Amino acid sequence: MEAFIDIVLFGFLILTAIAIMRLRNLFAVVMLSGVFSLLSAGLFVVMDAVDVAFTEAAVGAGISTVLMLGTMAMTSREEKPPVHNRLFSFAIAVIVGAALIYGTTDMPPFGSPDAPAHQHVGPDYIERTPKEIGVPNVVTAVLASYRGFDTLGEVAVIFTAGIAVIVLLHGRTRPARTARARKKEKDV
Amino acid sequence: MHHHLILRVVSKMLIPPILLYALYVQFHGDFGPGGGFQAGVIFAVAFILYGIVFSLDHLRRAVPPHIVRRFVALGLLIYAGVGVANLFLGGNFLDYSTLAHDAKHGQHYGILLVELGVGITVAAVMISIFFAFASRPPTIKDTDW
Repeated sequence: MEAFIDIVLFGFLILTAIAIMRLRNLFAVVMLSGVFSLLSAGLFVVMDAVDVAFTEAAVGAGISTVLMLGTMAMTSREEKPPVHNRLFSFAIAVIVGAALIYGTTDMPPFGSPDAPAHQHVGPDYIERTPKEIGVPNVVTAVLASYRGFDTLGEVAVIFTAGIAVIVLLHGRTRPARTARARKKEKDV
Repeated sequence: MHHHLILRVVSKMLIPPILLYALYVQFHGDFGPGGGFQAGVIFAVAFILYGIVFSLDHLRRAVPPHIVRRFVALGLLIYAGVGVANLFLGGNFLDYSTLAHDAKHGQHYGILLVELGVGITVAAVMISIFFAFASRPPTIKDTDW
């Protein structure tokens, strides 16, 4: 059953990716990239990574779609026809894809207990969390307590990014200029 | 989007459960999946939906942008503040065990507080970014939907 769900999800992922490549209407592309994120979130759930799936569904399928729509509203609705050599882009995609697939052949099988993720600090966290932190969700314990400093840095990154967008797009320059222009008109 | 009756009615029904769900994800993050990041995004989505379906002016009246911008900093301050409080209580920076007599309770309070800080900053940043994008003149025409 799980293999069937995997095949269906991956099949739709590939179909969505092909549709995104072929379409020139950016509105449809933005919507399809939201669908792509939602399908990946489904795959993460199948792989028992619920926290990651949650983030992917909320950020990838939700917020990014809205932000991309906002960006599209400010620019163009249609993608311009490509000026680069298509064959060259295709060759790069095939080479990078082949290299990535070659890289996965060395990876331990999915869920294998010998995988590095289950060998080093993982078991230690699972063993220590009930004794030291006492919260059932080990992911939260690692994120907020053992690695609290990392998470503080992540929040600072989000803070900085937010401030940067506000400064870039929400500046108060325009009203000030119109006020000055109005004064100038009055003076004249 | 004033004549989209179905969209307006459905979003009116959806926004309160979305907010409630965000709070559940926020404060239940140590028991189930989720936490401040996801809760902040879901919380912001409720406001963004309101802003898209009703209007940006409605949203401005509900959450004035200059107040949202203060919350961007507030979340980070709460997070860092917990760390500084730990220093004053005699522990290391972000060592929550000092927050209560029992180390486990301290950890629990600390996680709740820093996740709250994360949630506030993420929600405020998302709403601010939406304001910044949507306040620009061109909007999506009805015929494009």
